[in-house]
Amino acid sequence: MAYSDKVVDHYEHPRNVGTLDKSSDEVGTGLVGAPECGDVMRLQIRVNPETQVIEDAKFKTFGCGSAIASSSLATEWVKGKTVAEALAISNTDIVKELALPPVKIHCSVLAEDAIRAAIGDWKKKNNVAEGAEATATAAAH
Amino acid sequence: MSANSLGVDMIVAQSKTPLPEGVHLPLYMDNHATTAMDPRVLEAMMPYFSGKFGNAASRNHAFGWEAEAAVETAREQIAKLIGATAKEIIFTSGATESNNLAIKGVAEMYRERGNHIITQVTEHKAVLDTCKRLEKLGYEITYLPVQADGLISLDDLKAAFTDKTILVSIMFANNEIGVIQPVAEIGKLCHEKGVIFHTDAVQAVGKIPVNVQAMNIDLLSLSGHKIYGPKGAGGLYVRRRNPRVQLTEQINGGGHERGMRSGTLNVPGIVGLGKACEIAGEEMEVESKRLTELRDYMKAKFENALDYVHVNGNMEHHLPGNLNMSFVYVEGESLLMGINDIAVSSGSACTSATLEPSYVLKALGLGDDVAHSSIRFGLGRFNTKAEVDYVADKLITTVSKLRELSPLYEMVKEGIDLSKIEWAAH
Repeated sequence: MAYSDKVVDHYEHPRNVGTLDKSSDEVGTGLVGAPECGDVMRLQIRVNPETQVIEDAKFKTFGCGSAIASSSLATEWVKGKTVAEALAISNTDIVKELALPPVKIHCSVLAEDAIRAAIGDWKKKNNVAEGAEATATAAAH
Repeated sequence: MSANSLGVDMIVAQSKTPLPEGVHLPLYMDNHATTAMDPRVLEAMMPYFSGKFGNAASRNHAFGWEAEAAVETAREQIAKLIGATAKEIIFTSGATESNNLAIKGVAEMYRERGNHIITQVTEHKAVLDTCKRLEKLGYEITYLPVQADGLISLDDLKAAFTDKTILVSIMFANNEIGVIQPVAEIGKLCHEKGVIFHTDAVQAVGKIPVNVQAMNIDLLSLSGHKIYGPKGAGGLYVRRRNPRVQLTEQINGGGHERGMRSGTLNVPGIVGLGKACEIAGEEMEVESKRLTELRDYMKAKFENALDYVHVNGNMEHHLPGNLNMSFVYVEGESLLMGINDIAVSSGSACTSATLEPSYVLKALGLGDDVAHSSIRFGLGRFNTKAEVDYVADKLITTVSKLRELSPLYEMVKEGIDLSKIEWAAH
């Protein structure tokens, strides 16, 4: 299978590999996938409590090149966005950016799930209601 | 956006750093998938593509006689390698066809006697899919399980026989994990029960001793392109005495190969197959020793440099050049990407068109995550120690790098039991 240049780039030079402190209230952790499926992504975000801007993001992934690239790209994209803006990221954006073939689309879906899971975790920790950023989402679109 | 082609030319062009002596990129270490043709085989074949182009079935002129003589020589060469007589060798387009002919040929011929066939779960698809087809036609198939080391249990086999059993088909050596089944014991058992025994010996012939007499084998499939011969040329050994095995032909049209396989013979391919067998027989002892040492050396390198590595398949009854290892917590396709100038294969689902992990590894009882992190190395005649060092070093570096990216490895190192986690699978 031929990989796109961008997938190869993320594989050779992954962005934001690492770990944030799970116990901090500013950190949301999303762990998605399963070892049996051959894909596990952990995406973490550190959110500024006042501005709801994602100031840092880190990932670790067990999976193929496309999975690694998808999650690496996800951390790049969420950094600097507000939580609401990050929720607007869809897997089709990732597919387009990385030129993923049909058989690898599920990797992008998992990356989107990872973003949502991380945000969901942060919200739970900070008692942020669902929909609290609804207006911001509308604006982002 | 251009596609980063993994074509051979591209890889050669990209190689900038000076390589150790004896290492040429891209590096081929996937000899269970296919093998490079030995130059001596190619040399033997060439005349039959040009001047000696006769049809081996042309009985009335020198062109035909010349081709026929070459074919008969090949028959002798193959027979010698497996302890058979030349008359017992018939030529096919490859082992897939040989397997189809053996299994369907027996099933149809002996239908009056019974409709039960015994095989096992780690067979090549050529056997498994043929059996599935027969099931649709009303045959009963028993698929024996394998133990964690890949071997079948002889007790399971004994218990599986019924009075309707007409065939046992069990491969000699497995193409993924290199495990060698107890063929002689299986043959003896089948002989006692009066049941025909077929073995797909594609990965064994020419690499380890195979003797159809001593091992009570009645039918045997072999293939040229696994033993440094050409693709498109295979053989089927069909026993003529004690007992005489008969097959219903699967291809009609002229009655070639004693009525068992019609069609003009692929003379150059057959010449190549014969020559490959001759060379393999002569060099087997030295080559198998060399490959076993290289393989064990590579295995030791991995085990010394990395933790959480796991060898798949019984290592005592094992093909010389084969090594199937799982590098746990690192996924197979991402591993292959990091060593993309080296040709090996993986049991990971991501590397298969169907996204299913290797059924052979699953049959061993391995968890999917271990199957996903497996790599199959197939050392062969043309691999050198320098190449083994290059591959091992590069793989160790890549595994280490990917483990830094692996959330599973981090969790395991922290002492977390992964089996206790509830995964949010999609």
